[in-house]
Amino acid sequence: MNTVKKYLGIILIALAPVLVIFMVMQAIEKVGKAAEGIAKTNTLLQWSIILIIFFPICLGLVKFGLYAFRGEYEHLPESSDEL
Amino acid sequence: MENSENKPQSIAKVIGASSLGTLIEWYDFYIFGSLAVIIGKQLFPADAGASALINTLAIFAAGFIVRPFGALVFGRLGDLIGRKSTFLLTLVLMGGSTFLIGLIPSYATIGYAAPILVLILRLVQGLALGGEYGGAATYVAEHAPAGKRGFYTSWIQTTATLGLFLSIGIIVFTKNMIGAEAFADWGWRIPFLISIILVIVSIYIRLKMNESPLFSKLKKEGNISKNPLMESFNHKANFKMVLLALFGATMGQGVIWYTGQFYAQSFLENTVLLDFNESRYILLWAILFATPFFVIFGSWSDKVGRKWIMLAGMLLGIICYRPIYQNFLDRTNVAEFQKTELATQTEPVVKADLIAGTQDSLVVTKTFTTLKDGASYKIVTTDTVYADAAKPIGHGKTKYIDKKLSESNFWMFVFLVFIQIIFVTMVYGPIAAFLVELFPTKIRYTSMSLPYHIGNGVFGGLVPFIATLIASFSGSTPLSGLWYPIGVAAVSLVIGAVYISNKIDENVND
Repeated sequence: MNTVKKYLGIILIALAPVLVIFMVMQAIEKVGKAAEGIAKTNTLLQWSIILIIFFPICLGLVKFGLYAFRGEYEHLPESSDEL
Repeated sequence: MENSENKPQSIAKVIGASSLGTLIEWYDFYIFGSLAVIIGKQLFPADAGASALINTLAIFAAGFIVRPFGALVFGRLGDLIGRKSTFLLTLVLMGGSTFLIGLIPSYATIGYAAPILVLILRLVQGLALGGEYGGAATYVAEHAPAGKRGFYTSWIQTTATLGLFLSIGIIVFTKNMIGAEAFADWGWRIPFLISIILVIVSIYIRLKMNESPLFSKLKKEGNISKNPLMESFNHKANFKMVLLALFGATMGQGVIWYTGQFYAQSFLENTVLLDFNESRYILLWAILFATPFFVIFGSWSDKVGRKWIMLAGMLLGIICYRPIYQNFLDRTNVAEFQKTELATQTEPVVKADLIAGTQDSLVVTKTFTTLKDGASYKIVTTDTVYADAAKPIGHGKTKYIDKKLSESNFWMFVFLVFIQIIFVTMVYGPIAAFLVELFPTKIRYTSMSLPYHIGNGVFGGLVPFIATLIASFSGSTPLSGLWYPIGVAAVSLVIGAVYISNKIDENVND
């Protein structure tokens, strides 16, 4: 199980930037279309909110993956003394 | 459990007082969303059209986004000055801001000051809610004996769903009592104003409560955290657990919660195009039948552990969402309706309006149709009649709106929403106990509140917004929006299954 935890950590480290790139690409495409008058709503504001909110969360996912890869979740603390 | 500073109080009283306040806060938070269309018309210029609703939904979403900040601010206060005082403060802020929203003059009276004032009050609501839940859950858990923590905290877990139930119930009741026109004009303020009575009652009850025994003990021993924020997030061992709680549990739980209740209602009203009251009655019945399962799963988690119940709820959501929502569409498409014999059809009501800046007219024709099985719907056609008689009439799309279901379909829809709320009860029933057991007493309020509110406020609260956005992409189908909750729940399920322990922490007195 500990090996799975480590390898999954690597996948999560890779997943976070993939998600950020995907969201940025979607934002550029959709905001571009809005500028051409395809969308009627303020998509720039919508996508700015999405990126601002999810970027730090993706950073957290990288950090989580890193801890997992280092084996820091192999043993979970069972009392406050271990924290 | 005996309190070290005050008289002992029964666990039923602790749960009752905590749950009532939390329920009222959820009620306050959700009435805004349920009334978005009407509020939008009051806050923005009459000719704002669809952008009024979108801007109102943005104000509604702002309340969700600030919840994690409320968790930090009030979580810190809760770990510094105590659980009781902090969640009294959040209750006052929530009740006060909700009451004031009910008093804000419309755009016609004060212009853009109206939406700005409502936005400010909505932010206060979000901050207050961010502080409330962690306090109530911590307070109950710290009173609960080992082995019954899941059972006792599950009562707190029913409050979010019951708050939604209460908000929908009061809105439908008020609308039916005073009529749709008066409700849209001034009656929408009533559910906001009623809040002040509920809050006063709750404050009175909570003032009679004692401080949490574990917090009192820490205070007496001088072991209160000097800076819970630093201890929670700068201390790597704690921060690691905050990340684990977020990615392995609350993130998936949040999207399951908001898909099962909020997105379901939004989908039935806006995509399936059910009648306003019909979609709400479906949700009310489903909530009523499903709510006891919060307590059942919370209690069961005391015996078998929290982890697998929560993850099973996520897995079931991932597997079942698309078939359930496809079923909603299949049972309400026009071809399906037309298989039933017609009972009555009214004469078409025709209304023609000049298109601004032209001599052309927009002609809207409405026909009300009732079928033999009791189902009904309105057929709306919009045609453009050009001033130039040589031009042919421009036929617009025919819409089938305000659908009401046959009795058998109505109860099938109740069942399909009920199943989704069962998934909610699986992920949400045990989660308060799970979070409480993950963190030590002196930083518990701060540490558990943040992942809870990022998971629910951000990942969950944005489900209707992001799912609707995805469904609007070119090439997407009405079900495409479901990929967002399915994807988030799938990631959370994998992380939870691999990294979270199923062991119940018997001792939270640390």
